[in-house]
Amino acid sequence: MRIFDTNVQQIKYEVLKALIRNAYENNIDNIYVDIPKMISPGPKANLRCCIYKERAILQERIKLALGGDKNNPNVIEVLDIACDECPIGGVFVTQACRGCIFHGCAEACPKGAISIIDKKAVIDKSKCIECGLCKKACPYNAIIEQHRPCVMSCKVKAITMDENKKAKIDNDKCISCGACVYQCPFGAIADKSFVMETIDILKNSNENKNYKVYAVIAPSIVSQFKYARIEQVVSGIHKLGFHQVVEAALGADITLYHEVNEFKEKGLLTTSCCPSFVMYVEKYFPEFRQYISSSVSPMVETAKLIKSSDKTAKVVFIGPCTSKKMEYKTEKANKYIDSVISFEELQAFFDARDVDVTKLDDTVLDNASFYGRIFAKSGGIARGVKDVSESMGIKGVNPVAMNGIDECKLNLLKLKIKKSEYNFFEGMACDGGCLNGALCLHHGPKNLADVDRYGNEAKEKTIDNSVKLYKLANGIKDEEETGKK
Amino acid sequence: MIVKVCVGSSCHLKGSYAVIENFKKLIEKYNVSDKVELQASFCLGRCSTGVTVLADDRFIDGVNENNTEEIFVKEIMSSLK
Repeated sequence: MRIFDTNVQQIKYEVLKALIRNAYENNIDNIYVDIPKMISPGPKANLRCCIYKERAILQERIKLALGGDKNNPNVIEVLDIACDECPIGGVFVTQACRGCIFHGCAEACPKGAISIIDKKAVIDKSKCIECGLCKKACPYNAIIEQHRPCVMSCKVKAITMDENKKAKIDNDKCISCGACVYQCPFGAIADKSFVMETIDILKNSNENKNYKVYAVIAPSIVSQFKYARIEQVVSGIHKLGFHQVVEAALGADITLYHEVNEFKEKGLLTTSCCPSFVMYVEKYFPEFRQYISSSVSPMVETAKLIKSSDKTAKVVFIGPCTSKKMEYKTEKANKYIDSVISFEELQAFFDARDVDVTKLDDTVLDNASFYGRIFAKSGGIARGVKDVSESMGIKGVNPVAMNGIDECKLNLLKLKIKKSEYNFFEGMACDGGCLNGALCLHHGPKNLADVDRYGNEAKEKTIDNSVKLYKLANGIKDEEETGKK
Repeated sequence: MIVKVCVGSSCHLKGSYAVIENFKKLIEKYNVSDKVELQASFCLGRCSTGVTVLADDRFIDGVNENNTEEIFVKEIMSSLK
């Protein structure tokens, strides 16, 4: 069964798997030579111009798998030699131009950039504004528009070309959402990995005797690893050496509780679960900074709860997200989260450790509520906020779910000119929400149905018990609760 | 004394939240809130005999909604000074 969407993911996985295997065999002195030779044995190159380039790119991937450039604060990096310097043609005329006498293209061009030379259409690039009207006017579809996939994927325009036509990321603009990572067809933009850090945490725990290692899993996991049951995947994570698996959805319940209370105070709020969305607001709408929910994300909230009951615990988050790899290094999170790995990396872990989850017994997983679990989809928080605020007797919440950065931009612009009817803004950088995160094994519409089913299977239909847990951990008595009673 | 009630998945399904609620009421009823601190804990590793309670460093297995008071008196009140 095919596990990944793309071959690019497959190659990244091969590198990670080999690295994890070597790390457990304490055999990492020659990885830069051994791993590329193993993955690309030659003598012919399969993917690039020659075997040497293929191996050189694999070496760059190993570097990223080992944590990447320590001087670059971004978790997303361009692999220069892997970048194919895609043409930046924009709008151009192809061989299919019939040299007709209709000249609809020239007529349609608002800038007079098209002339007919030797009976064929020619675009004057100095005049062309790439509006695409000529493309629409041509009855033969002879004019096409091509842009670099990385540039197109980046909604905040952080990717440009350097003098060598290589992609370049402007860290001041980048929100680390990872869209370019998934969409570059050459795999030339990739995320740093912290698998080595995770291996150290697991090894040094001495099978959970020195301290216990907890895995916090993002709710979108239910739409992944489809070749097995989620309960088997949980067993597999145990087999890797984790003491316990806890749902981040449990923290999501608590985040929901905080956000409803915070809304009551402020009257206008944006969510803080998606670190890319938070970065987006901070960089592009700094005037709304004060309205970003001060709650920590579900990932951090869950880890806090774990560490309140087990002081020496170490916590590793497993999710679909590049920007969680940024978030856990921040001051708000680094006390609680010790490392972050992706679903892709979890798959590599399973296979490197020869854990076949399809052969394992089930481990029950039931900590969180319906609401916490549907945080993985766009609209999940908005739904939760509406229902929870009603049950807490807080009136006037009018939430909107902003699905992807384009919708975030549109809604925040409306808010800026005071034309928004909403007062609670759920923002998610990935289209569809976390279930389409950049580091998911696969992407697609079916993921949504899985998340919905998982939500409905939750034993807890309200967030009450999760909130009880939070209060118990923080010594808050029920009477001190705001909003209720 | 620190009393930890396991809220791992297995104990959760066996009713650990009801046990917590009962303990809260019992701590008030017996007026020992200055002596007993109630906490929740993730998996204590005794899934087959849950709900598991850890009283300082002593495990108490098989707690449920109906036997909480009995166990509270026998196992917890008796070891308070």
